[in-house]
Amino acid sequence: MAYIELNQVTKRFGSVVAVDRMNLQINQGECVAMLGPSGCGKTTTLRMVAGFEDLDDGEIRVGERIISSKAKRYYLPPEQRNFGMVFQAFAVWPHLSVYENVAFPLRIRKLPREEIHARTEEALKHTNLYKVAQDSPEGLSGGGKQRVALARALAIRPDVMLLDEPLSSLDPHFREEMRFEIKDLQRRFGFSILYVTHDQSEAMALSDRILVMQSGIVQQVGTPLEVYASPVNRFVFEFIGLSCFIETRLDQNGMRIGDTPYAWPENIAPPVELVLAGKGLLAARPTEIDFVADGGIRGTVMRKVYLGETIDYRVLVDGTEVRVQKTRRTPGPAIGDNCGLRFSRPHWYPVG
Amino acid sequence: MQNKRTGFGTPELLFALSVGILLVVVAFPMLLIFFNAFWVDGHFNVADVVKVLQRKETYQALLNSLFLSGGVTVTGTIVGTFFAWLVTRTDLPFKKTMKLLFLVPFMLPAFIGALAWKMLLSPRAGYINRFFMDVLGFDNPIFDIYTYAGIILVETMYLFPFVFIQVSGALERMDPTLEESARISGADLFTITRKITIPLVLPSILSGALLIMLYSMAHFGTVAVLGVETGIYNIPVLIYEKIHQSAGSFDSIRTATVLATVLVITAALIMWTQNRVLAKGKYQIIAGKSFRPTELKLRGLRIPLFAFCVLYIAFTIILPTATIFLVGGLKTYGLPFDMENLTWANYHHILFEWDLTRDSIWNSITLGLASALITMFAGVIVSYVIVKMKVKGKGILEFLGMLPFSVPGSVIALGVILAWSGKFGISIYNTVWIILVAYIARYMAFSLKANSAALEQVHDSLVEAARASGATMAQALKDVVIPLVRPGMVAAFFLIFLPALRELTVSVLLYGPTTRTIGVAIYTLNEDGETVYSAALAGIALIIIVVGEVLIKRLVTSKNGA
Repeated sequence: MAYIELNQVTKRFGSVVAVDRMNLQINQGECVAMLGPSGCGKTTTLRMVAGFEDLDDGEIRVGERIISSKAKRYYLPPEQRNFGMVFQAFAVWPHLSVYENVAFPLRIRKLPREEIHARTEEALKHTNLYKVAQDSPEGLSGGGKQRVALARALAIRPDVMLLDEPLSSLDPHFREEMRFEIKDLQRRFGFSILYVTHDQSEAMALSDRILVMQSGIVQQVGTPLEVYASPVNRFVFEFIGLSCFIETRLDQNGMRIGDTPYAWPENIAPPVELVLAGKGLLAARPTEIDFVADGGIRGTVMRKVYLGETIDYRVLVDGTEVRVQKTRRTPGPAIGDNCGLRFSRPHWYPVG
Repeated sequence: MQNKRTGFGTPELLFALSVGILLVVVAFPMLLIFFNAFWVDGHFNVADVVKVLQRKETYQALLNSLFLSGGVTVTGTIVGTFFAWLVTRTDLPFKKTMKLLFLVPFMLPAFIGALAWKMLLSPRAGYINRFFMDVLGFDNPIFDIYTYAGIILVETMYLFPFVFIQVSGALERMDPTLEESARISGADLFTITRKITIPLVLPSILSGALLIMLYSMAHFGTVAVLGVETGIYNIPVLIYEKIHQSAGSFDSIRTATVLATVLVITAALIMWTQNRVLAKGKYQIIAGKSFRPTELKLRGLRIPLFAFCVLYIAFTIILPTATIFLVGGLKTYGLPFDMENLTWANYHHILFEWDLTRDSIWNSITLGLASALITMFAGVIVSYVIVKMKVKGKGILEFLGMLPFSVPGSVIALGVILAWSGKFGISIYNTVWIILVAYIARYMAFSLKANSAALEQVHDSLVEAARASGATMAQALKDVVIPLVRPGMVAAFFLIFLPALRELTVSVLLYGPTTRTIGVAIYTLNEDGETVYSAALAGIALIIIVVGEVLIKRLVTSKNGA
């Protein structure tokens, strides 16, 4: 059963539609990542769920309860939503100690003293902050501050955790560690997560489902594997993982790159509407292109760069540069060689 | 990598020049004050200093200074914080315009404001009081401006922007997620304001409050204008009286130097406290991602509070300004503002006929230009040595340069008198040069601040790249550093020129028969009972100041835009 439900949620800033008729269901204990370039509306969506932004259309429910509704002009204030939230810039209060930061939401709720103490200590233990409880958060590293923010959000034992790019202010090596910590905490406490990020590997690692957004419009929602293996359009293909594209002209018999005719790669014909349109975009992951001695799409190797375990090739195919990545153990052509390219798992998208 | 050490190259020249400038302009006059206060007949003497302090008029001045500046600090901080919160955190209408309007009092010289309030609220002749007594039949004036309360009120009107600027700046720069995370934690807006917002901006509030205190402590004009009738005086006023009434007598100079020493120590204490507050409270609350903070909905209070702000601005800016211009146009002071009583003749007289006022305008403009130019260039040299050169003893340079920032104007003027009245072979007393020297000392800190800020933006590698390309140190300075710090120099120029135009505290101690500044002319005309001419000149001064400010805003913004 859907626990959080967004129906036709829309937000405009002046004439710009930041979020356009968005629908989304999040189940209890599920982690959904909203992924997209900056300005795509993902943070605005999160802030509408949190209650910091009003809606220009649609409604948001938690369980059976409406928490934001344009039609009913009803907005439950953020402080009454009982969500945990973690911000990109930590938002840890520098004038309070680590302990006081974490205890703040409990004190606001006027819980009994012993319970505040017990729950604060519990949250501090789970985030490995027990030793620095009495310190000022000012002295902590970025990762430490973010743990304080996480503990503060955990203290009220929320059903829903809203995370706004919580890892992007951290050093790269902390990021991976914090990723696991968040996942562990979720497993232990069972809350749902709505997670905003522009980092696709973060989204892949953390979430049960990924929602890809661009210009306020949801492009695709699916499991990490679905989004990676079957992107619905060029934007999603390009945004998730490495990609390269070749523009082709199409007819019933095959495709042309420049003036050279080829058969369908791997015998995967483009959708019929592309053939009717006469042109299509051939898309592939650089790792899913093989070199062949004879046949294939012909091109010339322009660059060959060793990246440690893999070798990165740039092959010029009739004016278009195609990126190919092979492990260093596979024999490959040298710079200047004429070579053939075989697309093992090609995708087709409309041009433009 | 110098292969020849010549011993005296460009760096050494710059260093020597900086030390020279600061020693002559700042250190020497300062030391003379302490020397005169504590050194009597070849002995170090503290007992006499205590004796001077025990005189009734001396400790009365000290008490008054503390009481007045304390009062102004409290009221100014409350007013400044309240308005800053109102224009940054609520849904008050026309917030941006309001914010600009609250900064206007900063442009207006407080002593001109004091003059206007004297015309409006002096117990017998003030227009408002007369209106209440003559027209509405009140028996007594509704407010007497010649009181401690009156002085505190007038100073508050012109000094609250110190707190307003600091606090509204802090509130605007503050990361909104600090407040949002409190909201999502369950706190309502009132609790957030109390537990999160105010504690986080407390350092800014305190630092603004201390600026008010520092300024009020050293402020001459308002107390001199409003306190003279009822005998209220503070330390700067007493120093002025000592120097003017018994010119040259040893005892009065000594009393003045002791008073000056007290002022310096108080100011140093204030500065020290401020540094501690700033160092302790340097929270990192600057925003990363900028979503606008949630505005507090004022609901029913929205319109009343807006009306309150408009009334406040009308009452503190428009009313006094209008009064100045109207009184400046009266045929005789005290007449009602009827068309038949108003004339352009006063303005014509002071602009084109009367040498005293014409001289004062000319003096202020030339003094402002000259001190701004000299201080700007000297400031570049000194801040280059402080920011960029790795020489021993530059900490002392920094201290010397910033010293006048905390040293009250009357102390600087006194030091300059002691140094350049002939005792050491140079006598420029009663000439315009002594005012120039004092202005340079007074405004050096402004120039150092602007120029060091600009220089810190110029990375060392830029100079190193020029040197590597074959430029000498001097060429690198001329072709790389100077062009890059030009905006800082321009800023320094105007930071000095505008305050110098309206300056009173320093020049009132140094003026001679033909070397009145605008401020001095307004002040002395008022003292001599020439109220309408004083008001007319104040009106002209206001026009010059406002036009100057606007021109500079234009110049600076068009440069940034290009």
